[in-house]
Amino acid sequence: MKSYPISIKPFGERAVLVEWPNKVSESILADILDFMDAFKELKIPNWEMSVAYNSLTMVYNQDHIDFEDTKEMIQACHEKQAQSKTERVQHLWTLPVCYDLEFGMDIEEAAKILNLSVKELIKQHTSHQYIVYGIGFLPGFMYLGGLPSTLEIPRRAEPRLKVQKGSVGLASKQTGIYPQDSPGGWNIIGNCPVDLFDPSKKDPCFVKVGDKIQFESISKAEYELHKIEGEVGIYEPEKVVLNA
Amino acid sequence: MLKVLKPGLYLTIQDLGRFGFRDIGVPIAGAMDVESVKRANLLLENDENDAVLEITMTGPTLQFDADTYISLSGAHIAATLNNEPIDNYTVVKVEKGDILSYGRLEQGFRGYLAIKGGFQSEKLLNSRSQFYPVTKEARVKDGEEIPYKETLAYEPRISEVKIEEHFEKNTLKVYKGPEFSLLSDAQLSEIFAKSYTVSKENNRMAYQLSELIAGHSHSMLTSGTLPGTIQLTPAGRLIILMKDGQTTGGYPRILQLSEESISILAQKKYGDELNFKLV
Repeated sequence: MKSYPISIKPFGERAVLVEWPNKVSESILADILDFMDAFKELKIPNWEMSVAYNSLTMVYNQDHIDFEDTKEMIQACHEKQAQSKTERVQHLWTLPVCYDLEFGMDIEEAAKILNLSVKELIKQHTSHQYIVYGIGFLPGFMYLGGLPSTLEIPRRAEPRLKVQKGSVGLASKQTGIYPQDSPGGWNIIGNCPVDLFDPSKKDPCFVKVGDKIQFESISKAEYELHKIEGEVGIYEPEKVVLNA
Repeated sequence: MLKVLKPGLYLTIQDLGRFGFRDIGVPIAGAMDVESVKRANLLLENDENDAVLEITMTGPTLQFDADTYISLSGAHIAATLNNEPIDNYTVVKVEKGDILSYGRLEQGFRGYLAIKGGFQSEKLLNSRSQFYPVTKEARVKDGEEIPYKETLAYEPRISEVKIEEHFEKNTLKVYKGPEFSLLSDAQLSEIFAKSYTVSKENNRMAYQLSELIAGHSHSMLTSGTLPGTIQLTPAGRLIILMKDGQTTGGYPRILQLSEESISILAQKKYGDELNFKLV
């Protein structure tokens, strides 16, 4: 696979922003992840990297940086990455969602606006695989791409002051899960009982950028069961290894 | 243990921050005014990353249950130990049973209480900085007991220092942000010619400024943000992200504060004036 052109911009005293072509694309994301793997191979401590769609923010926690030197190092790494491709393990996670009206308080209205039955909306929402293009906004909040255009619905006119943890929402081209109670303007269609951020775990967020997510409709009884399993720490979300 | 008899307006435990988790959306958190924290820890011969208490506007009332040494820094808030006034940047010996209390805020907005050896609250994801939901609570609660190590005797190498405070500075040094080039000439001259006031919306996550500049209709893909990133909303509002600020955002990042300027801004409160200077 060919590499995309990148641009490197200064971002304050100890960070740079590396940008790929300005669009949402799985192959651009793969290129960014390849670059990150190649950069990690250099084993320079104290660099922190975070992806969001077509960009990578790189922060040097140790000290201020010299932009020109950093830029050169990044360019050299980007040019080399094509030859030194590493095998990357990516997962498809199946996340359970209860679309019961008790959780999905906006699902009937959303279905009406989309000209679908509630059943059809659930079927469409659960039949696609969504790509994780970034994690941010809140700890464990996934930016998911790949929502079918038939499920695109504008944000609510008035955001809610409190959206419950686990709420699954729709907003324009996005779908996602609120990992904690938060104010929010998305249309809430269900709730996922899985903790997406757990600071007591060694790996607080099991999902990684580049993974895929598929939702699975569950009943209220199954929801309660998963919740209890989660609380006692025996719930493991279903995963399949994808070929990188 | 340090017993919190009254927490004051907003009391938190902070070190220099939580690094290495921005890729899962965890902000750095940590002390807002890093300069003041480093100085207080230095005076106590602590590690600069040792945990301190961050006091916002009104101070707490605290009781010590073991001997130790403390140093106050940051905002000037009239503080007393057993009703005897104590100054910032002085090593103060504290005995079991002593009560530290605070009065009027005189200058600045955030004060710090550093203690010999640092506060020993639980480390989560490599840091003691309070940030919900990494820590169970976003701040210190009434009646809480915060652990620290007893220090019976210690000869400070320096017992007090005179510091050139940054409270009176109101010029924030900024660098061009990633979307700087989207600014029109009119917006540019507005930003650097006018002065701005801190709005009521100011906290550890972000400082919003009261005055608007000309708006815009640029849309961009969500991308990374840092403490000190200045975002411009379509309505023309300037939002300066601070230590608890989200790790990604969708508004153009027009400017980036220098780290020294983040410490300066951390001492500003509602109504305070400031201006920007491009470096």
